[in-house]
Amino acid sequence: MTTQTKELISPVTQPTKRKSYWLEVAIVVGLALIVLLIIPPVLNSMGLGFRVNMLGRFMALAIVALGIDLIWGYTGLLSLGHGIFFALGGYAFAMYLELQLPDDQIPAFFGLYGVTDLPWLWRPFYSLPFTLGAIVLVPSIVAAVLGYLVFRNRIRGVYFAILTQAALIVFFNFFNGQQQLINGTNGLKTDTARIFGEFVSSPQIQSLFYSLTAVFLVLGYVLCRWLTSGRFGRLLVAIRDDESRVRFSGYDPTGFKVMVFAVSAGLAGIAGALYTVQSGIVSPRTMDIAFSIEMVIWVAVGGRATLIGAILGALLVNFAKSFLSEQFPDIWLFFQGALFLVVVTVLPGGIVGWIREDAREQLRQLFRIRPQIATYPSLEEDLDIRHEQQHISHQESDG
Amino acid sequence: MSNNILAIKNLTVSFDGFKALNNLNFTLETGELRVIIGPNGAGKTTFLDIITGKVKPTQGQVRFKGRNLRSFSEHQISRMGIGRKFQTPRVYLKLTPRENLELSCNRNKGVFSTFLGNPDPSERRTIAGLLETVGLTVKADIAAGLLSHGEKQRLEIGMLVAQSPDLLLVDEPVAGLTDEETENVGNLLLALAADHSIIVIEHDMEFVRQIARQVTVLHQGSVLCEGTMDEVQNDPKVIEVYLGQPEEQAA
Repeated sequence: MTTQTKELISPVTQPTKRKSYWLEVAIVVGLALIVLLIIPPVLNSMGLGFRVNMLGRFMALAIVALGIDLIWGYTGLLSLGHGIFFALGGYAFAMYLELQLPDDQIPAFFGLYGVTDLPWLWRPFYSLPFTLGAIVLVPSIVAAVLGYLVFRNRIRGVYFAILTQAALIVFFNFFNGQQQLINGTNGLKTDTARIFGEFVSSPQIQSLFYSLTAVFLVLGYVLCRWLTSGRFGRLLVAIRDDESRVRFSGYDPTGFKVMVFAVSAGLAGIAGALYTVQSGIVSPRTMDIAFSIEMVIWVAVGGRATLIGAILGALLVNFAKSFLSEQFPDIWLFFQGALFLVVVTVLPGGIVGWIREDAREQLRQLFRIRPQIATYPSLEEDLDIRHEQQHISHQESDG
Repeated sequence: MSNNILAIKNLTVSFDGFKALNNLNFTLETGELRVIIGPNGAGKTTFLDIITGKVKPTQGQVRFKGRNLRSFSEHQISRMGIGRKFQTPRVYLKLTPRENLELSCNRNKGVFSTFLGNPDPSERRTIAGLLETVGLTVKADIAAGLLSHGEKQRLEIGMLVAQSPDLLLVDEPVAGLTDEETENVGNLLLALAADHSIIVIEHDMEFVRQIARQVTVLHQGSVLCEGTMDEVQNDPKVIEVYLGQPEEQAA
C-alpha cells in the first residue's frame, strides 16, 4: 500500500517541486540583475538619479522587513523594537566611517563637548573587520540577551510587544543623552567621511552601496527562505500556532525563539548600516517608536509569513510614502493610516497572501465567470476519492 | 516497587485554596492500560497536567520510573518518555500531517540539530508507517487544518506515538467521533498497549468497556475506587457519585 501510494503520488509531486524551486531561483536572479544592471542606468539617463538612491535605501529597509517577517510572520512574536537593532548596525558603521581621518585627529563633533581623547568604545572601530562583525553581532547579541530573559520567563503576545517597545524607548533615551560619546541627538554624519579614499556621498561609493544592498537583500532572502523551508521553519510555525503543544512534544521553545530573534536582529543591523551610508546620517531618530511600527506595517501590507511579501511591502509602502509626501505633503500620513486600515479589514493576508489565497476566486466573481467546481466540492477534492479513481485507472491500464 | 512506571503519593494540588486534587495515591505498572473515569470536576485533567509538568504539586510527589518530576519542565518530562494527547485535538493546523509527525518524531530536539538535520531515511520510513497506521497516507500532504475532527484525533495519536514515549496519556480520545471511528481508535489504543503503558481518560462508557482492563474512578480529587469494569460499575459508591442517591434510600 505504501509503496503503491508512493508510486502514484511521488512522480507527480517531486518534479513540480523541483521545477518550482528552479523557477524561484530564476525569478530571484532575474530580479536581482534588473535591479543591479538595468534600473540604475535607465533612471540616471532620465535624470532621476535620486530615485536610485531611494531604491537603495528602501531595499535596505526591505532587509529589516525580512527579519520582522521571520520573527512575527513565522514565529508569531510581534517585535516593536527593531529600531534598536537597526540603529545599532547604523551606529557601528558610522563610527568606523567617522574614524577615517588623518593620524591623531578625532571626529570633529568631539570638539563641541571638549572631549580630547577618543573614548575607549570607539577604538575597536578603527578596524574594518571588527566593524563588519559588529554590524551583525552587536544587534544579535543584544537581541539574544533580551530575548533569553523574556522568553525564559514565558512572556509572549502583547506583553512581548510592550516590552520590546519599552526597550526601544530606553535605548532611544540613552543614545539621545550620550552627547560626549556619540553626539547625542544630532547623530553621526557619514556623508563627509571617506572610505577607500573617496567621500561616502560620491557617486561611485553610493553606487557600490546600492549594489551591496541589492546583494544583501538577495542573501537575506535566501537565508530566510532556507531557515523557513526545513524542519526548523516548521517548528517556528508550530511555536506560533500552539507553543505549549510544542513543549509537550519535547521541544524547548526558548532556544528557538532566542535564535530567531537574534537572526532577525542581525538582519536589522545589516539593514541599518546600509541605510545609514545611503542616507548620510544615523541618529537616535531611527529609534522613533513610529519607525519601528512602520516596519511592522510593511510586513502586514505585503503579507505575513511570505518573505517575498515583506520585501514587496517595504518597497511599496515606502515608495507610496515618498510619492504621496511629494504630492500631498500635508495629508500623506492619512494615506498611510488608510492603507493600514484597508489591509487589516480587506486583505488580512496582505497582498501576497491575497494573491495566493483568494485572488483567483474573487476576480472570477467580479467578472461573473462561473466557478470551476461543478459537483459537490468535497467529492471533487477529496483525496481519498481521487486516490481511488487513480487506483482504478491504474489497474485498468495494468490489466 | 520497581515495576511501577508511575507512582503518585499523597498528591494535593490547590488553586487558591480550591483542592483540585486531594491526597491522591495512584500507581501504574509498566505495560498497563488504565482507564480513568469520573464526573465533571473530578480532577481528571489536572491529574494529567501534574504528570506532564504543566502544573506543579502543592504537596506530595509524582515519580516516573523512580524519578521525582517536580524539578523538570514540560519538554524535559516529554523527553523522559511521557507523551500526552489533549482533549480537543491539538495538531499544527498550518502544517501537513507528515510535517506534524516529523516534528514529533525528531529524535534530537535541540536548536541546532533541528536546524541542520533533515529527517533521515529511517525516520521517513517510521513516518510513512505511522501515516499508514492512523490511516492518513493519502492526506499526508495537505494542511492538517483541512482534516476532519476524527482524522485530527488520529493524527494526534500518531504524533504521540512518533515521540516513542514509554507512557501515553490520552485525554478523551473519542470525544465527537462516530461509532465506527470510536472503534478504530479503540483498536489503535489496544494495539499500542502491547508495548506501551497507557492512561486513558474517557467519558464514553461503551468505549471504556471496549478497551478497559483496570478502571480507576476519580471523585473530588481523590481515588474513589479501582477495579475491573464490572466491579466498578456495581460499586455502590460509584453509582452514588454518578447517579446521585438512589431514591428508595433517600426516601
